[in-house]
Amino acid sequence: MSGKFLNIIHGQTARRADIPLLEIADFRQAAVAAVLQNGRIAAFFGHPLPDSQIELIAVLANDASGSLDVARTIAGKNGERYPALTPDCPQAHWFEREIAEQWGLIPEGHPWLKPIRFHAPYQPGRAPAPASAPLPGVTDYFSVKGEEIHEVAVGPVHAGIIEPGHFRFQCHGEQVFYLEIELGYQHRGIERRLRAGPDNKTIHYIETASGDSSIAHATAYCHAIEALSAARIEAGAQVLRGIALELERLANHTGDLGALAGDIGFLPTASYCGRIRGDLLNMTAILCGNRFGRGLVIPGGTAYTPEASAIRELNSRLDTAERDITSAVELLWQTGSVMARLEETGRLSAGDAQALGLVGPPARACGIPRDVRQDFPAGIFRYAQIPVSTWESGDVFARALVRWLEIQRSIAFIREQLPQACGPTGPDEALALEKDALTVALVEGWRGEVCHVALTDANGRIDHYKMVDPSFHNWFGLALAVRKNGISDFPVCNKSFNLSYCGFDL
Amino acid sequence: MFELIKLRKRHGRPVIPDVLGAAVPPPFRGFPLLTEARCPDGCEACVRACPTGAVRKGPLRLDLGACVFCGDCESACPAGAIRFSPGHRLGATRRDSLVVDSSIRASDYAGSAVESRREIRRLFGRSLKLRQVSAGGCNGCEMELSACNNVNFDMSRFGIDFVASPRHADGLVLTGPVSRNMAPALRDAYHSLAEPKIVVAVGACAISGGLFAESPDVDRSFFNDAPVDLHIPGCPTHPLSFIRAVCDFLGRAGGRADDYRTGVIRSR
Repeated sequence: MSGKFLNIIHGQTARRADIPLLEIADFRQAAVAAVLQNGRIAAFFGHPLPDSQIELIAVLANDASGSLDVARTIAGKNGERYPALTPDCPQAHWFEREIAEQWGLIPEGHPWLKPIRFHAPYQPGRAPAPASAPLPGVTDYFSVKGEEIHEVAVGPVHAGIIEPGHFRFQCHGEQVFYLEIELGYQHRGIERRLRAGPDNKTIHYIETASGDSSIAHATAYCHAIEALSAARIEAGAQVLRGIALELERLANHTGDLGALAGDIGFLPTASYCGRIRGDLLNMTAILCGNRFGRGLVIPGGTAYTPEASAIRELNSRLDTAERDITSAVELLWQTGSVMARLEETGRLSAGDAQALGLVGPPARACGIPRDVRQDFPAGIFRYAQIPVSTWESGDVFARALVRWLEIQRSIAFIREQLPQACGPTGPDEALALEKDALTVALVEGWRGEVCHVALTDANGRIDHYKMVDPSFHNWFGLALAVRKNGISDFPVCNKSFNLSYCGFDL
Repeated sequence: MFELIKLRKRHGRPVIPDVLGAAVPPPFRGFPLLTEARCPDGCEACVRACPTGAVRKGPLRLDLGACVFCGDCESACPAGAIRFSPGHRLGATRRDSLVVDSSIRASDYAGSAVESRREIRRLFGRSLKLRQVSAGGCNGCEMELSACNNVNFDMSRFGIDFVASPRHADGLVLTGPVSRNMAPALRDAYHSLAEPKIVVAVGACAISGGLFAESPDVDRSFFNDAPVDLHIPGCPTHPLSFIRAVCDFLGRAGGRADDYRTGVIRSR
């Protein structure tokens, strides 16, 4: 992709010393150029060096060639400035706000430099420390001025069982001109709790990054640890992980289609899908005793080996679930009043999705065939391919339809893989990690690409651990999709993305 | 129209009729059975394995309020002194009841840990409206609470509902360890509830801080002025654990009061 970046193979490690250390201008230029040539930013973060300089590391992914490129630069200390990437590379915008907030670096030229999680900087700097940490949501918002413009503020406490976040709409009558999404309420400091690990807490922190994506995050973490320890994973365990990941996708996609139906007041599908989602969670519970798959995926393998009777039970439940989902979901497409609400609502162009580096169903619903299971396959997905599901229209309907296509393909995958899941599983004891190394692990969670980057120190402990939940890429896609829509369509647009607050806030 | 009727017929009546008597099948990890007599001398494998410090020795005890039900202690134990049963009745009104030891059997715990006060039964026994606030939760507990009102569990049959505004609520259901950034909004929501009101803490994070008890990004000062009336452990808390604990608290469990068709409540 770019001669200046180091090309690494997904699932392998690189020595930290081998990662090219570029001058900031070269780093910036190479990263921007790579993103323009069909690349995208998978991760971009800072971490402190012993002399309190901040090193920035960028991981760029090129889906078409399946290549990952890494480079680093030294951007200075807390309070110092570096030229921002964002003006030439919009998808860097939240990454650079994160860097600024965590390390006090100032990305010069960033168009909208604000906190994203509202915490004090991780490292004291030249600027005098504020008396108290910043207050969440207390910040300047983008505003539109005009006689008939009004502002709507929603959250952090919403009208339902949902996580907290703040939405600020600039409206003209019913029409939304602009939406600004302010998060950070769920910030509980997961990444910092992972330093100097792994220890007996690490996997549990990872699983709680976003509860509905426990399997996706745990799998990414395990891939990272296994790459760093060159562990060999039994085929049966790889199969089981794949089944669990697809069950997680099935449960959440089914729940989302039900919730979409609920948001437009179409109760049959809402009720049935809500119930079927529970049946699918119970299938995961058969594997490991937890409806969210907690404790199933562990470094070195899986913690449980299903009995033959459990496999038979899963097979029969899968058949029932397939019939139930099919009847409940196809009703959506057959009902004119439903289609009228889904089509043309919350439309996002493929160009915008590409520029923002969207991942998962929102990207695929704009016709972008981006799917880690195809582009960067790991584990069972190296041997068993799931066709990528796309649709062109970029609206709420497309995001719903892509979910339905993925449901069908996940069911077929699980059915095909279940007989192989009986193989032996089981972790190796105490995995020793390679020293001074970096690895990148990508997993296609149900929301999209889960990216974990692990850096180890000279003792083989975790020096820095970066998690990028798909929501981190996608929240701004929602903000764009609701523009020019009626504000009453916000819930249905929001649900069609169904992004994670806690996965973003960490 | 005909498709709708066909669908209705196909899906039948999915409600769990006896939701208070329903059990969660194994391998669900619920109430832990401790047998200290089996502990090898000086062994602390369970204590070292526990990610949240829920397991203690001398004597062997386990704090359900901190437990994430990962089973790491059970796997680490060489002697089978800790075994998780599928018992889902985990709720308790008093915080210290959540710390269980070898002397407490699952049935004793389930029968006594949730106390139902006359005053609570009188005020909320027929109708309890709850406001859910997530304060740093991972959305696991939140999704399980949503599931409580799906057509399977159908918690509304007991007059228990989640409502959209704290102003409409009799109780606040808290999930998450209380992130520093949600502490002010949580306090506002709590003060918006009219008296008399109850607080229900759901999941290890809310009850004890769980994994995040020591995190500098968490602020649990909320509990200094908001006493918790009901603790419901889990990670995440199972819908049946939640429904059963709340119904026990309201004196709704047992006899005809369970009848979902009539919703009749027996006077006590």
